[in-house]
Amino acid sequence: MAPLIVNEIISPDTNLLIAFLIGIGFGFVLEGSGFSSSCKLAGMFYGYDTTVLKVFFTAAITAMVGMLFFSLFGWMDLDFVYINPTYVTSAIVGGVVMGVGFIMGGFCPGTAFCAISIGKLDALAFIGGLTLGIVFFTEGYPLFEEMYKANFIGTPTMNELLDIPRGVFALGLILMAFAMFWVGEWAEKKFPREEY
Amino acid sequence: MSEVKKTKYFNPYIGGVLLGLVLLAANFVSGRGLGASGAIKSAVVSTVNTVAPSHAENSAFYKNYNESHENPMKSWLVFQMMGVLVGGFLSGAFAKRLKFKVEHSPKITSKRRIIFAILGGMFFGFGSQLGRGCTSGSALSGMAVLSVGGFLTMACIFGTAFALAYFFRKNWI
Repeated sequence: MAPLIVNEIISPDTNLLIAFLIGIGFGFVLEGSGFSSSCKLAGMFYGYDTTVLKVFFTAAITAMVGMLFFSLFGWMDLDFVYINPTYVTSAIVGGVVMGVGFIMGGFCPGTAFCAISIGKLDALAFIGGLTLGIVFFTEGYPLFEEMYKANFIGTPTMNELLDIPRGVFALGLILMAFAMFWVGEWAEKKFPREEY
Repeated sequence: MSEVKKTKYFNPYIGGVLLGLVLLAANFVSGRGLGASGAIKSAVVSTVNTVAPSHAENSAFYKNYNESHENPMKSWLVFQMMGVLVGGFLSGAFAKRLKFKVEHSPKITSKRRIIFAILGGMFFGFGSQLGRGCTSGSALSGMAVLSVGGFLTMACIFGTAFALAYFFRKNWI
């Protein structure tokens, strides 16, 4: 039956209304988890606060396992779920450029919107920068088009790449996440910080 | 012990499960994950269409975009981002965190923080377009559907930020 929009159980306009409601949930959870604070987000890279790691990976494995079970129960057809296409070059270069932006600016786009909603003016500056960066890309597109489209390998998933069942990869990722949580908890004890 | 604790955030693992359920709901209903940078791109394209329509018609990026999108603002991500503003505001209101301020390490000035926020935003904005999505749309949502590109982008974002953390330490610690 799901995804609902693909199977025309809901209309395109209802889909937009639900997008708004899902956004409320997204913003509420991000803010409630402390993602509206750049100092808390940056703590990830200095070890004094690894909330980002814990929230990010717990969310990814929760959604992944949820979809796996929904698919097993026959509630959701994973063939109709959007899988981000893989353009190897732009995924790497884009990721590296975003990493530079992350450590300099202390936010990512989603967390900046969440922070501006509670009045953080540094987030407003970051969003101004985001807009400029996007305009650079759209205006200079002919210059970047070749890199943008280079090394396209379709929409492979990790389990296909490694040639193992989806569930086995999921289990491996969960175990890896638990190992990282353990490192995160250790780092917070090793690099403690009173106030930030 | 009546002093109110300074931060009243969710336990990060509970926050993570809740975020995962939001992401699961997005996939269940709409067959797609969450996102953020795409909404700004919609706003940029929409602005260019209005302010400089002839430029939009003659420039490759806008032309392609407008051919595949009827109205850039009537998009899933734009509505979702409007929700994020409401949701973030509600959470901040309940936790009494609503306040206009420039948050920065006590060792640096507000001006320095703002300059770095703008510069960081520029890098992030550009990178998100090149990488077809940001931490939400490419890394988090991509990982949940096990996309190879999602994992690759996630590793590059966090790997680069870790690698450069030493050089920007004065801004944060």
